[in-house]
Amino acid sequence: MTAATDTHATGGHDAHGPASDHGGEHIHPPSYYVKIWVVLLGLMVLSLIGSEVPNKLVVLMAAFGIAVVKAYLVCAKFMHLNIEKKFVVYFLATSLAFMALFYFGVAPDVMQHHGHRWKNVSAKAAVTRGLEAAKVDGHGGHEAPAH
Amino acid sequence: MSTAAKPIATLRSVTGVPTGRLAMWWLLASEIVIFGGLLMTYVMHRIGHPEWATEAAHTNTVAGAVNTVVLLSSSLSAVLAHQAAQTGNGKKAANYLWLTILGACMFLVIKSFEWTHEIKEGFVLTRSTFWSFYYCAAGLHALHVIAGSIAMAIVAIDAAKGKELQRVEYAGIYWHFVDVVWVFLFPLLYIAK
Amino acid sequence: MSQTATHHDHGTATQGHDAHGHDSHGHGHHEEPGFIKKYLWSTDHKMIAQQYMWTGVAMALIGGYLAYAFRMQLAFPGKFIPAYGYMSSLQYNTAVTNHGTIMIFWFAMPVLIAAFGNFLIPLMIGCDDMVFPRINRLSYQVFLLSAIILIASFLVPGGGFNGAWTAYPPLSGNSEYNMAHWGSTLWVLAVALEFVAFLLGGINFITTAMNSRAPGMRLWDMPLVVWMIVIASILFMASVGPLIAGAVMLLFDQNFGTFFFAPERGGDPVLWQHLFWFFGHPEVYVVLLPAMGMSGDIIATFSRKKLFAYKTLLYTVFGTGIISFFVWAHHQFIAGIDPRMANIFTVTTLIISVPIAEMCFLFIATLYGGSITLTVPMLWGLAFVGEFLLGGVTGIFLGASGADIFFHDSYFVVAHFHYTFVPIAIIGFFMGFTYWSPKMFGLMLDETLGKIHFWITIVGFNMIFIPLFFTGLWGDHRRIYNYNNFSELARPELQDLRIIATVGLLIMISAQVFFVINLVKSYFVTKKKAGDNPWKANTLEWQCPSPPPHGNFATMPNVYRGPYEYSLPERESDFWPQNEPPAA
Ligand code: HEM
Ligand SMILES: [Cu+2]
Repeated sequence: MTAATDTHATGGHDAHGPASDHGGEHIHPPSYYVKIWVVLLGLMVLSLIGSEVPNKLVVLMAAFGIAVVKAYLVCAKFMHLNIEKKFVVYFLATSLAFMALFYFGVAPDVMQHHGHRWKNVSAKAAVTRGLEAAKVDGHGGHEAPAH
Repeated sequence: MSTAAKPIATLRSVTGVPTGRLAMWWLLASEIVIFGGLLMTYVMHRIGHPEWATEAAHTNTVAGAVNTVVLLSSSLSAVLAHQAAQTGNGKKAANYLWLTILGACMFLVIKSFEWTHEIKEGFVLTRSTFWSFYYCAAGLHALHVIAGSIAMAIVAIDAAKGKELQRVEYAGIYWHFVDVVWVFLFPLLYIAK
Repeated sequence: MSQTATHHDHGTATQGHDAHGHDSHGHGHHEEPGFIKKYLWSTDHKMIAQQYMWTGVAMALIGGYLAYAFRMQLAFPGKFIPAYGYMSSLQYNTAVTNHGTIMIFWFAMPVLIAAFGNFLIPLMIGCDDMVFPRINRLSYQVFLLSAIILIASFLVPGGGFNGAWTAYPPLSGNSEYNMAHWGSTLWVLAVALEFVAFLLGGINFITTAMNSRAPGMRLWDMPLVVWMIVIASILFMASVGPLIAGAVMLLFDQNFGTFFFAPERGGDPVLWQHLFWFFGHPEVYVVLLPAMGMSGDIIATFSRKKLFAYKTLLYTVFGTGIISFFVWAHHQFIAGIDPRMANIFTVTTLIISVPIAEMCFLFIATLYGGSITLTVPMLWGLAFVGEFLLGGVTGIFLGASGADIFFHDSYFVVAHFHYTFVPIAIIGFFMGFTYWSPKMFGLMLDETLGKIHFWITIVGFNMIFIPLFFTGLWGDHRRIYNYNNFSELARPELQDLRIIATVGLLIMISAQVFFVINLVKSYFVTKKKAGDNPWKANTLEWQCPSPPPHGNFATMPNVYRGPYEYSLPERESDFWPQNEPPAA
């Protein structure tokens, strides 16, 4: 530790106040942001079109794939995470990862209504009831969203 | 008021990230897990309840899409406000912030028409757990819209006088987060049916 | 940005108090702020620390009183309880529920994290306040509001919430079952507000430690306790989100007729357990880590030795923090969770006891070969490690899903977590208080009275919970109001153990009289001045006056070395303050 003391107390990193952020060199012209906005709107239209495709997989891909791209654009370009210190990105990503962990830990119990030597009778009954009610409602009336 | 001497603590920035922005990132980390917890439970319920598909068919995609446009546009004006603040133009930054707040208000107005309509049709909170999640998630998000607007109004008032311009960015970051949450709510509640 | 260094905290009425910030410590004459500004509306981190501390202690008194009442009921079922009266089964459930809630959320958290965090972080990293002094004040105010709401929940029609501190639905979600509609709603509200307070406080702690360290202080020069409080705040922040969402859902279930957690209409009660324990297990490390950090610092100081393997210890803590997110379902082994998941959670639970054990070993290695002085704070510090060990070891039994089928919800579990929480909250509080109170108040405590207090408390504590391990093994289920209602448990040998536990509690409570006497004697009679650095410690808080003035340091310190440079052979004095410039 005695050797290391020399590296201390230079204190240089303390100099800059809060004003010294990623200022000067990174100022983009407004047109830069407008372009991104146009791309975002385009993506949204794309996801709407995707939702009309009769294939369920395509709908989901369009819905969530495009949502991820949109979120990436907003985070990177509008929030400027692309030029932020890396550790910020890491801890934000970590909290996202914890949510994935939460999902995988909990989903086996909540998504399923039976398993190895157990049954969630009432949840299963609720699903059956719901499906039957939907059948009675019929395919006619409620296909289109209620406007 | 007084140009009070601030604690030295507030003037240091060892990481190189300004303190206000650093705190905003941590706030967002905690918001990620709040919304994350709610949305993850929604997703697993949704997968476990195939019968919700018929309920979900009743959400109003058009209203959702219009609101997406509104929020994406308000994000644009928020980032333009930041850009104006970077160039030192407080007046312009404030105006862009007010424009963002206008977007927030539009979002809320559309939302309330949408909800009124749905409630009238009988799609109330307790109709099924799908609707409980629908109102809960969108409601929590709407609360964030309101909180963000109030914060931006406070920042805008200062910024118009050329004060605390660095806050324009922080408020903007929060606003973009609110936008990103909606970017995920939109497919979850409106598109994936 | 074109700005100069103007930051937040601008122009409100409160600034009058901040106005004579640092420019004033040089000269003594400035007008004293009024009572309200000084004690109730202060943004000074030391005052906020005291507010948190005394509020926490006051809440602990309520929690302790509840414990007294229900332990008396258990030892002498149906008898009159002095200073309480007769206890009904509903009152029993209310008492147990709120005892747990208060001790964890309104005593352990505010004292260990908020009070010591507020007091220590700015002092130990060499700056004059938190980075957001007004958010800090707001955090305390929200916390106080939450405490008031919790207390109000006892007084509303129907009485306080009685569905256990874990609030499992359907009992907690439906007032037809718990008969406390207002009580349960207010309880959820109070807990949610408390979380908000700690999120605000936590963000402050984290950013302060990251951004406002003294010049020269690297991350690896921060004292252990600062690291631990910061990591605890991060763990809290990353784990509490789903529970906040869950609290909203529970409030909806209670008040608006939704059925998120009601199985009869497609909800899922196990979901709540997941939401709760996804937070709940990291939460136990949230309170553990600050106490660990304090004991590490104290042990190093009174062994006059460098903390053994400081960096390794920190890596261990990072690991613990991460693993603590992977163990939560060990609380739900018999809740009907997927058995494949139970296997995974058994393994992770057994894994997490390795880093915990490692921390204890590193502290023991610090003691080895040190010149140990058994001052009162050192006694508390050692007791913390020793007693916590017992809690950790019994946790391993519980973590094995097979064994836990038997142990679950028995008094064995109760004894387990009290062997973790009592060292953390109670021993931790006394450890921190006896070590840092000379800095807080500038006066030394009496050592003899302190030792008497220490020994009686420790004896009482063990006398409560060792018997409970045995009653648990005999089959005593927890949360039972009167064991006479169960013929196989209404046995005199078991009742004797229950009575011993209650006597232990009475001993532990009466020991606190010595603490009060000590406070009165030391602060009002002997008034022995502490001086700046009574323990000859290295960390920065000891290099400023006791008690520290507003602004803390006369000249802001520069840091030249780590916090544990004790007994260096080449130096005459056996300590080397972090801010002492190296000899030219
Ligand atoms: C070595 C580490 C630990 C292990 C392996 C461990 C394991 C466990 C297990 C498996 C249970 C569930 C028992 C059951 O309900 O059947 C449990 C309960 C509990 N543990 Fe630990 N634990 C450890 C450390 C801690 C710490 C550090 C704390 C507190 C600071 C703590 C507090 C609790 C509490 C409060 C409960 C009971 C919660 C309730 O049901 O009310 N544990 N522990
Ligand atoms: Cu646990």
